[in-house]
Amino acid sequence: MERVSAGTKLTVLVLFAPFILWMLLLVILPHIDLLTISLRERVAPRVYEFSFKNYMEFFVEPLYWRTFARTAIMSILATVLTLIIGFPISYYIAKIARGRLKSSLFLLCMLPFWVSELVRTFGWMILLRESGIISGVLQWLGLADGPVEMLYNDAAIMVGLVYTSMLFMVVPLVSTLDSLDDGLIEAAYDLGGSTIAILREIVIPHAMPGIVSGCIVVFMLTLGNYLTPTLLGGKDSLWFTEQIYNQFITRFNWEQGSAFGFLLLLLSSAIIWTGLRLTRQRLQDTIK
Amino acid sequence: MFKYKQEGRIVMIKSTLKVLAGTAIVALFAGNAQADTLRLLTWGGYAPDEVIALFKKETGIDVKVTKSNNEDMISKLRATGGSGFDLAQPSQDRIAGAQREYGIYKPLDLSKINKAQFIDSMFKSTTSQSMVDGKVYGVPHVWGTSGLIVDKSKAGWVKDYTDLCDPKLKGKVSYRLKRPTLIGFAFAMGMDPFAAYNDKAKYAEILSKVEKKLISCKGNVKAYWSGGDQLLNLVRSGEVVAAMAWDTGGWKLNNEMKSVTFVAPKSGALGWIDSFALPARGKNDEAAYKWINFVMQPKIAAMITKAAGNFTASKGADNYVDARLKAQFQESFPQEAIDNIKWYPPVPAGLEEMEGKVLDRIKAAKSN
Repeated sequence: MERVSAGTKLTVLVLFAPFILWMLLLVILPHIDLLTISLRERVAPRVYEFSFKNYMEFFVEPLYWRTFARTAIMSILATVLTLIIGFPISYYIAKIARGRLKSSLFLLCMLPFWVSELVRTFGWMILLRESGIISGVLQWLGLADGPVEMLYNDAAIMVGLVYTSMLFMVVPLVSTLDSLDDGLIEAAYDLGGSTIAILREIVIPHAMPGIVSGCIVVFMLTLGNYLTPTLLGGKDSLWFTEQIYNQFITRFNWEQGSAFGFLLLLLSSAIIWTGLRLTRQRLQDTIK
Repeated sequence: MFKYKQEGRIVMIKSTLKVLAGTAIVALFAGNAQADTLRLLTWGGYAPDEVIALFKKETGIDVKVTKSNNEDMISKLRATGGSGFDLAQPSQDRIAGAQREYGIYKPLDLSKINKAQFIDSMFKSTTSQSMVDGKVYGVPHVWGTSGLIVDKSKAGWVKDYTDLCDPKLKGKVSYRLKRPTLIGFAFAMGMDPFAAYNDKAKYAEILSKVEKKLISCKGNVKAYWSGGDQLLNLVRSGEVVAAMAWDTGGWKLNNEMKSVTFVAPKSGALGWIDSFALPARGKNDEAAYKWINFVMQPKIAAMITKAAGNFTASKGADNYVDARLKAQFQESFPQEAIDNIKWYPPVPAGLEEMEGKVLDRIKAAKSN
């Protein structure tokens, strides 16, 4: 018996080894390093002292926390928009479409993700720019007198973010909605329930784990996005990840960048925790 | 007994894993540092394929090129403590400060460099500017300027950086959100930022004036460009008619669109010299010196000028340079404009942090 258990343990260890190595080498160790860097202050060339200055900087300089607030609010908005657009699509795919239509619709949602995010974002730039396709069509139709600039504003960022995140909302929603027994919906109709009541009392409560996990993934992806806001937002983009990148790469201020990185981690976790609290959901339920 | 055995096994697995992880890391990060390759960290166009092929033919050394820019070079070398590359090409004003701060370069052995191939004045300037504690860290390679790219048919009256803020150009202008822009605007507004380099209070005063100007100018900006190609596309599509940019971009556009060219601003174009510096833990210094001496030969230097669009510090290379580029240069730079070029002095520590905050605030400001 004992030999078997030793063997099992070994198998488990071997199977987990890549995961443990991954976590240790690429997540935990770098974060410890980042933490120590964030807690020091440069006093002279190559001389550093322990200090909380980098964290204080975030709260003292309005620029930085405003950027964070803007990033967080826009990310929440993008998450809500993705949910509102994604829910009917998922419902149609899971409940109404049948057979080949169902799989081809699902495939259509995934198709854009076969190319890289950079290419997709450039696609939007070609569509939206002043000398771009939409502007050209509007002029051709006579709806606009001159070139229309649709790029480089917050709406363009929002379009890009929602588009980039759609798949991550649709997939969990489709899988939870799929598991909802059609009989329940039919029975509710038979008992005289209105469409809105059924949606509120049966469909949404059942889909809640999918909604929560979709929202968490979309929110985190949006908050941590760098490409889309920078390219589509242009001169007014200002995204918190951009600040982190700037501190590291163009200002050589690793201390400040690390502190921002940790603040992003803490604050985004706090936002998700608050969100779960407000909607009375538990993280465990989302893994069902 | 069994327990002992089990522990023994786990210990064995642990050590095996360590060895595996170790070899994986070695393979990942150190795998390609053979003795006969030169790992070059440089700018786009400074190491054209034909030059690399000629170098390989003459010396048998392969050249591996990584394209970069000033900030990226410092960041990359700082992250590795100066290893991973055998030769880097930062601008001369960015060597001494980075060396004092991070120790990412090693001193050059000037006896291994063929001085006769360099233009004297440039060699003297770069070696003295890149000196730290009496040791020389850089020799010049390619030089150029930043100034204005103007579509003369639409904005021919733009003569200086501040003209970019004229209401007539609303939404038609582009520049970078980087330190050259701050410096250029400071000069155009009648101040001398270089003279204030060692006086932080005065420099801060200059920066705050430039900050106000650039925030009020934001409505004119189409987009802050970050890569050369991005700017060229903005001008090509006609979305931008005047920009602050490198001279070579203007001449490249001039080849395609007659009306667009580079204009040296009234307050003076900003002159930079990209140089050669040895990363602190480079592994193939011999190859690095060979490359420096090879590319400074007039004929090879002219090939680099053709690819990069900028002139080099190689003596006599002018004779081999393309006539059209020469003509474009002469049109953009009459003699008094050459005399008026403001060359970047070495950046003292601490300035870039101040500039960084100013740039952040400009980026965050609402455009009117």
